[in-house]
Amino acid sequence: MDWVDLVVIPIIKGALILFILLTATAYLTLFERKLIARFQVRLGPNRAGPFGLLQPLADAVKLFFKEEVVPGHVNKPVYLLAPMMAMVPAIALFAVVPLGPDLSLFGRRIPLHMGGDVNVALLYVLAIASVGTYGVMLAGWASNNNYSLLGAMRTSAQMISYELPMAIIVASLLLVTGTMSVVEIVEQPRPLWAWLWLWLGFPLYFITMLAESNRAPFDFPETENELIAGYQTEYGGFKFAVFYISEYLHMLTSSAVAVTLFFGGWRGPFVDQFPLLGPVYLALKTVAILFLYVWVRASIPRLRYDQLMSFGWKYLLPWSLLYLAVTAVLVVALS
Amino acid sequence: MEWVFFGLFGVLALVGSVGVVVSRNAVHSALFLLVNFAATALLFLVLGAQFLALAQVLVYAGAIVVLFIFVVMLVGNETVDDFVARERPWLRWAAVGFFLVFIAVAGYSLVMSGWEAAKGLADYGAVERVGAVLYREYLLPFELASVILLAAMIGAIILAARTRPPLGRPEE
Repeated sequence: MDWVDLVVIPIIKGALILFILLTATAYLTLFERKLIARFQVRLGPNRAGPFGLLQPLADAVKLFFKEEVVPGHVNKPVYLLAPMMAMVPAIALFAVVPLGPDLSLFGRRIPLHMGGDVNVALLYVLAIASVGTYGVMLAGWASNNNYSLLGAMRTSAQMISYELPMAIIVASLLLVTGTMSVVEIVEQPRPLWAWLWLWLGFPLYFITMLAESNRAPFDFPETENELIAGYQTEYGGFKFAVFYISEYLHMLTSSAVAVTLFFGGWRGPFVDQFPLLGPVYLALKTVAILFLYVWVRASIPRLRYDQLMSFGWKYLLPWSLLYLAVTAVLVVALS
Repeated sequence: MEWVFFGLFGVLALVGSVGVVVSRNAVHSALFLLVNFAATALLFLVLGAQFLALAQVLVYAGAIVVLFIFVVMLVGNETVDDFVARERPWLRWAAVGFFLVFIAVAGYSLVMSGWEAAKGLADYGAVERVGAVLYREYLLPFELASVILLAAMIGAIILAARTRPPLGRPEE
């Protein structure tokens, strides 16, 4: 361990991952708009570039050149802090996702993740998810606007409620895998029953993912038909863009985490011979989960707020507890 | 190297806690508390206690401060009125007195136990160690704490539950 391993390589890796993540996020917006259009028998954006492929670029340029307005009635430091607090957890979540097997480059062994090998990486996922509430809450409070505040309160209640089943399902995963290191979770061999059982639990996890990233049918913070735009009402220009980007970033990173935890991450045929296939498999699987996100958004209408709460506490939580209990029995009985 | 990080995060934690007391706005106070908890988590990391660091983030930063801000938003009375301190000026001196007592006790225990207390237990903050200690040596206190928490939860539900009129009779 010298300074190249400790400082230079992490900085290069971090910059590269950031670049890839932000580019992918930009194209995720196009991906979603195109897909939604298809679901609704429309064409979707097709003006900028071939097949609308330059649309994200056009959006970015437009948002860059917007005027930065800070309304006079807001609490300025918190108002400016909120978009950052929304974006940082969405990016930070990606730190534990292993992109592929360790790479040998210039005689060095480079692990393709920022820190997934520590024995608390699973807990890190939960910790980051729990901090993700701040952006929305602070935005709602600092905006000094009733609609914003209502949106923020709904969101914090929603995120706290759905964190619980998420943590319980992650605990069941921990029972099956026996390790909190995400790298080991990907690499360890697993009997067939364990895979099948994990996939049975995945729908529960997916529901909590939808709620944590505030996506339809759980997109309560926005609910444009009752709360104008919820916590984003007072935000415009690039600060709005930051919220917008962080929502999609959160979708992207949480999908990558779900793939890593439940679907073997970068593993796939021929990865042992060609390690660079690892990131490709991870990307393909992540796109599959993202397709699920969009599919759900196109098909299921938004819940009512009381339905959301009673679903979280009366159905999702008991079901995940049952899942945990059965997992414990299965692990003892079958291994 | 360790000392640099310790100094950095220690100062950050102190700045956070002073900010909590000095802020005139309850939400700003809560945010400074967040800084303090984050710095404490980083201090745990410097000590090699990864599990404790993340538990600190998960429980304190992720749940407790969120709850604080949630309550402040519900009550909606963020700015502090100095009424109490104006009516009873001796309160400030009492606070200073308690602070001095705390510094004396903390300093005394630190000097008596020595600075080396945390060393020699390299993995005391690892998941396995915490789990083993919690569920073997301290099982009874752990279970007692969970019973107390359960009782508090049930109490809160009973206090907050609306009493509904019996079915079939219109409300007056």
